[in-house]
Amino acid sequence: MRLLVNGEEREVNVEDDMPLLWVLRDELGLKGTKYGCGIAQCGACTVHMDGVAVRSCQVAAASAAGADVVTIEGLGSPDALHAVQEAWVEHQVAQCGYCQSGQIMQAASLLETNPKPTDDDIDIVMGGNLCRCGTYPRIRAAVKTAATKLQEA
Amino acid sequence: MGRLRTIGRRTFLIGSTAVLGGVAFGTFMAARPHANPLTAGLAEGEAAFNPFVKLTSDGITLIVPHADIGQGVQSSQAALIAEELDIEVEQATLSFGEPSPAYYNTAFAEEGVPFMSFDDSTVAETMRDVAGGVLKLIAIQGTGGSTSMPDQYEKLRMAGAVGRETIKAAASARTGVPVDQLKTANAAVELPDGSAIAYTDLAAEAAKIAPVTKVALRDPADWKKVGKPMMRTDTYAKSTGTQDFGIDIAMEGMVHASVRVNPRKGGPMNSFDATVAEAMRGVKAIVPVKNGVAVVADNTWRAIEAVNAIEVDWGPAPYPAEMDGHWEEVAASFTAERLDQEWRAEGDVDAAFDGAEVIAVENRAPYVAHQPLEPLNATVLVTDDGVTVWSGHQMPRFVQQQVAGIAGVEADQVTFINQFSGGSFGHRLEFEHIKQATEVAVTMPGTPVKLTYSREEDFVQDFPRQIAMSRAQGVVANGQVQALSLDIASPSVMNSQMGRIGQSVPGPDMQIVAGAWNMPYDIPDLRVRGYRVPEIGPISSWRSVGASHAGFFAENTLDELIRAAGADPMEERLRLVNHPVHRTVLETVAEMSDWGTDLGPSRGRGLALVESFGVPAAEVIDVTMTDGGIKIDRVYVAADVGRVIDPVNFENQVQGGVIWALGHAINSEITYADGMAEQTNYHAAQGMRIYQTPEIIVRGLQNAAKIRGIGEPPVPPAAAALASAIFDLTGERLREMPFNKFVDFV
Repeated sequence: MRLLVNGEEREVNVEDDMPLLWVLRDELGLKGTKYGCGIAQCGACTVHMDGVAVRSCQVAAASAAGADVVTIEGLGSPDALHAVQEAWVEHQVAQCGYCQSGQIMQAASLLETNPKPTDDDIDIVMGGNLCRCGTYPRIRAAVKTAATKLQEA
Repeated sequence: MGRLRTIGRRTFLIGSTAVLGGVAFGTFMAARPHANPLTAGLAEGEAAFNPFVKLTSDGITLIVPHADIGQGVQSSQAALIAEELDIEVEQATLSFGEPSPAYYNTAFAEEGVPFMSFDDSTVAETMRDVAGGVLKLIAIQGTGGSTSMPDQYEKLRMAGAVGRETIKAAASARTGVPVDQLKTANAAVELPDGSAIAYTDLAAEAAKIAPVTKVALRDPADWKKVGKPMMRTDTYAKSTGTQDFGIDIAMEGMVHASVRVNPRKGGPMNSFDATVAEAMRGVKAIVPVKNGVAVVADNTWRAIEAVNAIEVDWGPAPYPAEMDGHWEEVAASFTAERLDQEWRAEGDVDAAFDGAEVIAVENRAPYVAHQPLEPLNATVLVTDDGVTVWSGHQMPRFVQQQVAGIAGVEADQVTFINQFSGGSFGHRLEFEHIKQATEVAVTMPGTPVKLTYSREEDFVQDFPRQIAMSRAQGVVANGQVQALSLDIASPSVMNSQMGRIGQSVPGPDMQIVAGAWNMPYDIPDLRVRGYRVPEIGPISSWRSVGASHAGFFAENTLDELIRAAGADPMEERLRLVNHPVHRTVLETVAEMSDWGTDLGPSRGRGLALVESFGVPAAEVIDVTMTDGGIKIDRVYVAADVGRVIDPVNFENQVQGGVIWALGHAINSEITYADGMAEQTNYHAAQGMRIYQTPEIIVRGLQNAAKIRGIGEPPVPPAAAALASAIFDLTGERLREMPFNKFVDFV
């Protein structure tokens, strides 16, 4: 089947029900998207499908065909980080960093639909993304900084 | 050397036996350096001044051997070297290095001798030195116990200073300019005429001279990096999805494996039927391993799907199948036969209880899983020359030993390449996943095998934090705490953990009472005793280890007595506290939280002070009763580590530690039914989520005499401070975690 990932057409030969997560990681070599739980409890595998944050462990490969899939590798570029990534660097959010691709993808999606999120908005939308290191205070601050950056852009 | 090896096999933490052993060797042995592992690989013109700094014409490499499990020690270690070497961290390549005795960690000695952290008597210091000497001799290379900074603080600055002075000597020899007229900055030697020579340009000459080891460390007032806000070396990669972890290892010809072993941990596998799995797409091999079976496939998901399709008949658990049996064993351990050690005996508690109105309370702490977000994984390649292992681990030399035993090679034929870890919290002190990956890899020499646990397998195979129980009696009078007897029973986590790799731990286990026996209070009549529960189920170190239960017991009990006395929790602790550093920690958190102000209706406030890993940490927690349950509003934390290396990472670690502690105290435990953990994924053991996270205000103090780590000390006070706050709010004392068994949280 053919997938559109980070703007590139990619041909993969996989089962229809292989989760998009594993297509990305093991078939396409896009390792920035992480496996954490496999049951949509942690959000480490979050990617964008047609601009919306989804848990790629719950998306069958076949249903991703035809969609515009964006992973952390496609969110920004080394020369031009996405505003959310810039904010993540400024606030030094990461500890172990394993959940942060998913956090960043979720935050970028939040700001796409809600450019000026309240504290409650942030808590609700980011509530499905687990961080075992407990970087939540910095995630909150970084989302606000990213919102300001996007407003000013 | 025969006796030396005996100690190495038998001892990890320093019990009394090992300390005596150390005395027998004398300190002269401990003073001898281990061979520099960098020397062997040097080409002509390359210099390795010590095990931490390598210089070639191509660049500078810094070896930062403590494992980075998310706590940021790659950055802190590199900064310590760079501070004295006069380079920017970005100018060097950083490596975790190869496993080597040269990377011994002596800082475990502080937790291994039974002296109060602030006891600087000759006896205490001598015993620490001796214990440190033993640790150097047996050369434990380990990350844990918040030891990275205490272990490396002087060692790495000295490594940098030796490098700098040796390079200057080379520059002096080339130019004829006396060393004292040379300056260094930005990885270059600056000459009086304003010209500069890059360090790399001096590599060949520096390699020819003996390292200049008579150097003095700089005054902290002159530091340019250490103690100031730093940008962690991994921040950019971890914000762009480009940081590779062990699970991201990929190489030509690699196959993917997953495993299931008996969920009744340690129990046998009777039989299995892989008929269905064998026929599944991508499956390459079915490989039996100890107590279980692995599937090798061409993709991780296919391996997990196939291994889950195998029908297995599991044998019984080597521990009580139901939870009641575990608690019964703990409850039955408060006996003279199971007394592990009386750790504290001041005054006479029995006399104080005689005829007095005695308050008796029991507290409990459950099994809890570690479950860092990166599932356990290991990549192993077996060749004719030996074995190579890629994984994130806290004990590299034990990895070599364990793998060697399975592969039938010598430990020095095992190359271990440490990886960034997606969290650990103690989980990556264990070896089962690496052993299983090796069992698979030996069946297919020449093929790299990456074994990845499913989250469910990770949960059910997690060796959790120990369960524990305390029984306490206390007397209060005249608004004061007069007497406290605190008995704590728990299985020995050290014994369980080290026993799995064939090491015995002699002597009593201080972790049973850590954070309780050393409570920094002068209570007129005070006794703390540890009781050793015979091993029930397997257990393992969990962030803050013994203090995670014993610190909670001590402070929750004391708080109950203080409230029973009608005293103010802060005032009474300030009255009892017995050391100026700890007093300042309390006073600081009182000032930060404006202790004593009226919070208004439906609010509660609690306090706890626990010293763990030498760090006194005090936390004030504010809670509010809402329609949706108890909301944790704010946490104020003051902790004294002697020296804060990086204020940014310090704050992040403290906040993370508080969140770790509170999340698990609220909602997480592991329980057994039919011998198997009932919690198999995060829905059943959530930890804290962002919407439950309080504001956390942090202050690091620097009054203590010695430098300490901050990874673990924020954890122990949090659950007790929360219980204290909930009592203030509701009048109900919670004495068992997780608290959501008794109250609702937002």
